This record gives sequence, structure tokens and C-alpha cells, in this order.
Amino acid sequence: MNFRTPKGMNRRHFMSHLAGASALAASAHMLTRTVEANANKLVKNQKAAILLWMGGGPSSIDIWDLKPGSSNGGPFKPIATKGDMEICEHMPLMAQQMDKMSLVRSMSTREADHMRGRYYMHTGFTPNPNITHPSYGSVVAHELGAERPNLEIPAFISVGGASEGPGFLGMAYAPFSVDSNGRVRNLDMGIPVNRMSQRTLALQMMEEKFIKQNRGPAALEHAKVIDKTLNLMTSKQMEAFRIEKEDQKMKERYGENNFGRGCLLARRLVEAGVPFVEVNLGGWDNHQNIFNTLQNQRLPQLDQGMSALVDDLASRGMLDSTAIIWMGEFGRTPRINGNTGRDHWARSWSVAVGGAGLKPGIAVGQTNEDGTKVEGQSWTSQDLMATVCQSLDIDLKKTFMSGNGRPMKIANGGKIIEDLIS
Amino acid sequence: MAQATISNGNWALGVTALLAVCFLLNTSQSYGQETQPVSHRKLANPSEALPTQVTRINELIERDWAEYELKPSKEATDGEWCRRVHLDLIGRTPTVDETIAFLKSKEENKKQALVEELLYSDDYTEEFARNWTTVWTNLLIGRTGGTGNNSMINREGMQKYLRDSFAREKPYDRMVHDLITASGTTAPGDPDFNGATNFLIDKVNEEDATLATSSTTRIFLGLQVQCAQCHKHPFNEWEQETYWQMNAFFRQVKAFPRRVRAETGANAELADQDFASRRRRDFEEAEIYFESRNGTMQVAWPVFVDGTAIDRSGLVKVVNRRTELAKLTTSSPFMDMTIANRMWAHFLGYGFTSPVDDLGPHNVPSNPELLEFLGSEFRTAADYDIRELMKWIILSKPYSLSSRRTKANESDDPLQGVSPRFSHFYIRQMQPEQLYESLLVNTEAASRGSYEEQERRKSGWLQQFNRAFGTDEGGESTDFNGTIPQVLMMFNGDMIKEATRAESGSVIDQMVAAGGSPKEKVNKLFFAGLSRAPTSQESRMAMGLIGSQPNLGEGLRDVWWVILNSNEFIFNH
Repeated sequence: MNFRTPKGMNRRHFMSHLAGASALAASAHMLTRTVEANANKLVKNQKAAILLWMGGGPSSIDIWDLKPGSSNGGPFKPIATKGDMEICEHMPLMAQQMDKMSLVRSMSTREADHMRGRYYMHTGFTPNPNITHPSYGSVVAHELGAERPNLEIPAFISVGGASEGPGFLGMAYAPFSVDSNGRVRNLDMGIPVNRMSQRTLALQMMEEKFIKQNRGPAALEHAKVIDKTLNLMTSKQMEAFRIEKEDQKMKERYGENNFGRGCLLARRLVEAGVPFVEVNLGGWDNHQNIFNTLQNQRLPQLDQGMSALVDDLASRGMLDSTAIIWMGEFGRTPRINGNTGRDHWARSWSVAVGGAGLKPGIAVGQTNEDGTKVEGQSWTSQDLMATVCQSLDIDLKKTFMSGNGRPMKIANGGKIIEDLIS
Repeated sequence: MAQATISNGNWALGVTALLAVCFLLNTSQSYGQETQPVSHRKLANPSEALPTQVTRINELIERDWAEYELKPSKEATDGEWCRRVHLDLIGRTPTVDETIAFLKSKEENKKQALVEELLYSDDYTEEFARNWTTVWTNLLIGRTGGTGNNSMINREGMQKYLRDSFAREKPYDRMVHDLITASGTTAPGDPDFNGATNFLIDKVNEEDATLATSSTTRIFLGLQVQCAQCHKHPFNEWEQETYWQMNAFFRQVKAFPRRVRAETGANAELADQDFASRRRRDFEEAEIYFESRNGTMQVAWPVFVDGTAIDRSGLVKVVNRRTELAKLTTSSPFMDMTIANRMWAHFLGYGFTSPVDDLGPHNVPSNPELLEFLGSEFRTAADYDIRELMKWIILSKPYSLSSRRTKANESDDPLQGVSPRFSHFYIRQMQPEQLYESLLVNTEAASRGSYEEQERRKSGWLQQFNRAFGTDEGGESTDFNGTIPQVLMMFNGDMIKEATRAESGSVIDQMVAAGGSPKEKVNKLFFAGLSRAPTSQESRMAMGLIGSQPNLGEGLRDVWWVILNSNEFIFNH
């Protein structure tokens, strides 16, 4: 199966078949758009965000906010960094990059259940039975993707994991999930281009008919997703998924594991103009045997992939326009449990954030000596999201209407973390 | 051969020349192997009056419409209704024959007759059981349960238990009892095999069985106590103690992985053993411990959510805690309402609460009277026969309505955050399993192999959409629902390529070989995919596609591709 460039497919040719034919109301933008889009042009200075999602709830007390001298501290030692903070000794490569990133050591949230925490940290809202809120990626795709008519691949891509959905924004803003090899299945229809366009036109007629029968928004969403799929199938921008085009040195620098490849893929996608990429690294739910797991498995991968990403973006001049957010559902209990593990803990934990003009090299806020409490001002998911969205030039005053007339502010009215604004 | 006839109607004669159903796309399913012994229950007399429960459902729903000033949509067409019932009950779209037979039937109670047929006829036992096995396997162990290396779950074992239960019409309370109390080994063929063990096998060993506690309570009682594990529930009355009292029911049960059971060769085993309190080593008053939010250590013994306490002994011969839990669960009205709500959501697209498995006091149902009525009728009138409950819902007015919304009920849109009032049918994407079976029923000419082989093939196909979160609560998501990868699969995937093949021996090839006009073939494809004839515009479109190809077979490939990719196909509408 050919899962790369569509075989026998020439975008211009295909589009010319579609042009002038009856189009879906919803997809008019695709058909009227200049199809000669500068597909290969590098998109510099366009804002973007990369979320490094640590599924399971990473132990930030062992990574970013160590407590040596406390019985909660565990065996790891802090080391100096190029920024104005110390981090874990098992993150030596990141230590060299901390002049470009910052920490928020005063996160305090309330959701310590995986599903709820996942939802809350991705959306800025607590789960509500009556409405599904759009996730970070969907909001950014909605706000920034709309301004990028030349973007032919999805505006929200999730690498090596599922992310959270578009909620009431609709399936057109859903995450496009790929594995860390960038493999996209089923790209090739295996028939000549004019035949494909005939099928597509007939399909549009069928879609339109069903939509006009007033069957509800889901029918229209289906047509929109078909439109996006056609766009993607014929796009040269699909090259961005081909991480094998990177030279071996680059691959080694990021690390030849799923997370490393995911970070490399994220950089390629942002280069192609994708405004939001989520890279997943799971396995942080360390209720047992946490220190061995962190030292030998999680941290080496994280350290290599994340540091390569920060450094590479910086050297390409892209870090100034690309926000990086490192977080999971919550932190882990300062107290070490009977199985040498740590349990779920949301009350006091850390995230890492940087790029896109956010103030680098600092640690915002602090926790008390044994890590059980934030001292002074604490911050929430909404606040973090508001700060990141502002760095991406997204208007925080913008309000979505959820259909039943319920207004939803972007980032749920979060406050800006002023210390991060340079 | 499962001839899809509706009772004894002379449907074959009624098939018009227009449709020329001289050749079936494929209604034949060979289930020679692995046929389940089933109880041969007599079909109810189709002329029997509508169950009184249906009348009551309609009254309560209509009262809601009046109150919210909604006018219901008109009835769905017979074709739409027939398609719906097949998808919801047996997990696939109807074949051309099945649809035509229903449309042609002049029986007065033909809807009721079709429901009875699908629920009780031997011809459909296998497919009915397959569909509900799928639904319940996904509910009990998720779409990824038993597919990873670290899992003790044997997915086939789970499926075998459920398939037997549904094929043999096991009452629901028995099923719940089995799943909560199961002991034995997980894999078919092992000594002491009991497939029901697969529900709990991965949920009892880690972290003091917290996953067993939350899953059992949520799935069977519709109560979400898991947040109270660490703190007082933010929205409801569950205290931390409530959670741990429920958790105490699961402290005797242990899962033994294969290596421990090497002597028998069994894969994994679930068994109860005497439990002593950790600190005092006391078997008689075997307490458990939990840490309250202020850091103090507390103790708990098994107490059901309604406050009923059981003997505190940890000795299995004195009291089997799971057995007690099963008794309490199956006599709780929450069990009745939870299954009623779940079934309603299965057929109508939304339950009376959202999420469907949260009936806690903070989450008021949209139609509490109806939910309570269904729950209590399920216990008293249906005697826990889940098919009765299905029948009431399917024959109710809301299920019969068109999904075409009108000005007078457009506001009834749960996607927009309002409570569902069921004044029109809510369209929804087919589940991946439904799509798979619907494609298969229209493609495969020959026998499909043994049940296990079929399920393995399907499972392999399904894995492409599944993503596990890799957390201790077993979270996962499917990438299927209306995403680009789904459209790519429908455009170009192997199953669609197979369905739209025109090579010698393929369905399309056989269709061409059977003779008849191109127009008849097009009609048939529309019936196969959408359970209706094409409109004149669609006919022209299809004839246009055929005209631009060198031969009829190639043209029909294009027509079929278009139908399968349409929103009307992928949506249960």
C-alpha cells in the first residue's frame, strides 16, 4: 500500500476537475481557493504551539521542583541549569536549554482523576454532563487555522496518542492522530484522477441532499471532514509527515524512540504551518517503583527529545513564534507511598512552558518545603491556557456560543500569568 | 441459510420487476460451526396488542413535548425504520431482501413482527448475540481490553461468556450476578473456564482493587464513586468512606496470572481467598484502611451504597463478600434504572442522563418518571428479560420518528447542550463494528469461517482506530467517529476496496452476470446501502458514472463507492 504521495495524483489537475462543479456550501472555501498555494514555502513566524502531553500524571516534584532535605524528596538531586532554576539531575540536556524555557512551580488544580484531569488540563473546563468543551488544539486550530487558507493538512495533529476532542466546535477541528513515524494510512485511492473526481462530485451531490433534509449538524460535519480529507490527499504538504527525510544525525539527536520521533515530527509539522501539535509520552502513572522507572525509562527519553526540540526550534528561529507546553493531568503526591511510588496529586505541581515570546529562564512561583502546598499565588489550567493563547495572539475576549446560547470564553476566563510576560 | 424472510409473507412474489431481486447481494450467512444451543422460544403472535409499556412510554414522552412546546417530526419511512432496527438490534444494515420483505409486507403489525423476528427467531440468534456481545465487551473491558501484552484478560473468553448469555436469553440480573461473582479461569478450553472472570481479572490486583470498585459501581449501578476515593465528591454526597466501604467488597478476590497457575496450564484465574486486616491480621473483623484527606488513617468494612452492612468477617466460608455484593446490586433499583437508561441510550442515541452511567443525585434525569417506570417494569413485568425492554423502546413513538428536524423541534438538539426530548430521531455515526458487519453482509459470498476467526479478523481491523491512554483507569478513545482517518478508510481502505471490487467472482461481478438492466442494479445498490430506491437525480448521477466507464461492472464500482461514502450510509438515521 502506498501511504505517501497520492499516486497518479496531481493537485492542480484534480482541482480543475472539481472547479465549477456544484460544491457543498460548507466547502466553498476549498474550491474557490487558489489551488496553486505555495505549498513548499516555509512558513516562518507563524504562531504555533506544541503540547508535550505526559499521560498518567508526571511526578513534577522529581523533575522540575525537587525537595532535597525533605522526606518527600526522593533520591534525585537537583542540578544547576542555564536558566534561573535547578532541575533534576537526570535531565542534564534540558538543563542546558532552561535559558529558553520556564517553569510554573505553583500550579494548583482540583482534578486528580485521570479522565477528569485530562479533560480539565486540555480544555480549561471541568467536565460537564451537558456540554463538551473544545480542547487546546481545537481552539488553536479554530483560531489560527482559519487564517491559513494555504494550510492543506489538519490544523491540529496529535502524535502517538489521542488528545482530546473538538467538543462543540465540531469534527472539522478534531485532532488528526498519527503514530510517531508519521504514517498516514489509506492515502491512495488507486484509480485515475478524473475517475476520482467524478466519484467525489457524485458524493458531494449525495452529501448535500442529506444535509438539506435538516438531519442536524453532524451531517454537515461529515461533509466538512470529507472536504478536509480531499484537501489532504492531494497536498504536497503531506511531505511534512515524512520524518525519514531527516538525516540520521537529526534523528539521533531527537532520540530514536517514539517520543523523540514525535518531537521531530512536531517540528516538521510546525514548519509546514500546522498551528497545533500534541506529542504524547505516556507511562507516568507511577504508583509503584517510581524512581527506577523515572531514572531508567521516562526521563532519559524526555530529556533527549524535549531538549532537541527546544534547541532545534531555537536554532531555526522558530522558538520565538512557537509555544511549548509540557504537562500532564496532574502531579504526584509529595509523600512517597508504601510501594515506592507516588499517587495522584493536583494541589501543588509544576509545568514547563516557553517559546512564542514568553519570558524564558525563570521559575514562576514556589511550593513549600515538603512540596505539599503552593506558597503565594497559585495558577490553574485556565490561567496557563490564557497565557499560552495570548502568546499565540489569540484574542482571549473572544466568546464561543455553545449553541444553546451559553457563552464560553476562550481559556474559560483564565488570568494571565504576568511573570511569564516579558 | 438464514433466509431473511418476515414470517410467512409471500414477499418473494411481491418483489417488483423494478427491483428484480433475482440475485441477492448476499443474505446468506453460514453459521454451520459453533452454533449455540438456544431455547426455541415461540414467536409471539404478531397480531398481539402493543405492550402496555409502549403506551405509557408514549404518554410520558408526549407530555414532555407539550411541556417544552415541541412538535414531533413525522414518522420515519419504513425503509429508514427497518434500517435502524437492524443496526441497533443485530449490528448491521438490512440486506436488500430484508428491506424489500418489510416494505412489501401488508401485515397490520409489521413493525412488531419484525422486532419479534429479530429478537426471537433462530435465524437471527447468532447475529443478535454477536451484536450484544460486541456492545457489552466494549462496555466491560473496553475496545482494547485483552489486546495488550500485560493484560490477563482473554477477550475471546469474555466474548464467549456474553455470547452464550445473549443467545440463551439469560436474565439480566443473572448476568450481573455472574460478572460480579465469577471465579475460575479466563480462557476457553482451560480447566475451570469461566469467561465472566474476564470482567474483573485485570481490575482486582492493582491498588487495592480500585478499578473493580469503580467499574462495578458505575456499570451496574450507574453510580460514579471513584472521585470519592481521595476526597468528598465535588458534586454529590459520596463521602470517602462510601467509596472504601464499596471497595471492601473486593478484598477477598485475587487474580492469579498464568505463571502462578503453571501447574494447570491455565492462562489466569480469578479466585476468592480469606482476607485478614493488614495491621491486626484479623480475619474475623477484617477491616481495610484508607487515608483521609487530612492524613489520618481510617478503617472501613463492606457497606453497600444504600447503607446495608454485611458481616465483617474476611473468611470466605463465613461470608463471600462478592456474593453479598451481587445480591445487593441485583436487588437495587439503581441496577434497573441503569440498564433502562443504557438501553434507551442505545436505541435513541441519548439516555435520560449524561453520561449515561451517572445516576447520582447531582445529575437529574431529563425524564425521571419515564426512567423509573422503565426500570421498575423491567424488574416486575419483564422479569429481567432484556429483550422485552428492547421491544418496548423500539416500538415506542420516539423511536419511530424521522431524523428530519422541523422548525417546531430544531431546538431539541442535545449536541447544543440541552437535555434530549426525543422529538425527532438523533442521527449518529455507526459504531466501527456496525460498519464492519454492514460492509461484510454486502460483500462476502462464501462462508466466513469459524466464529473465532471472524472475530479475530474484525478485531484486527478495529485496532487501527483504538488508542489507549495508558493510565490506571484503562481510559481509551476511538479515532473512528467522524475523523479524517475514518474518511480515508472509507475512501481508500482495504474493506472498501474489497467491497467495490469488480473482478471475477466479486459481488459486483456476480451482479453483472445475473443480467438485467443497469438501472435495476443501481436500484439494488441503493437498497443495499441506504434501504431505499434512488431519487431520479441520483439515478441520473449513477447512470452518468456508469456511462463514463468502459463497462457496467466498473461503473457499478463507482456507484457503490459513492453510496458507501455518503453521510446517509455512515449515519444511523
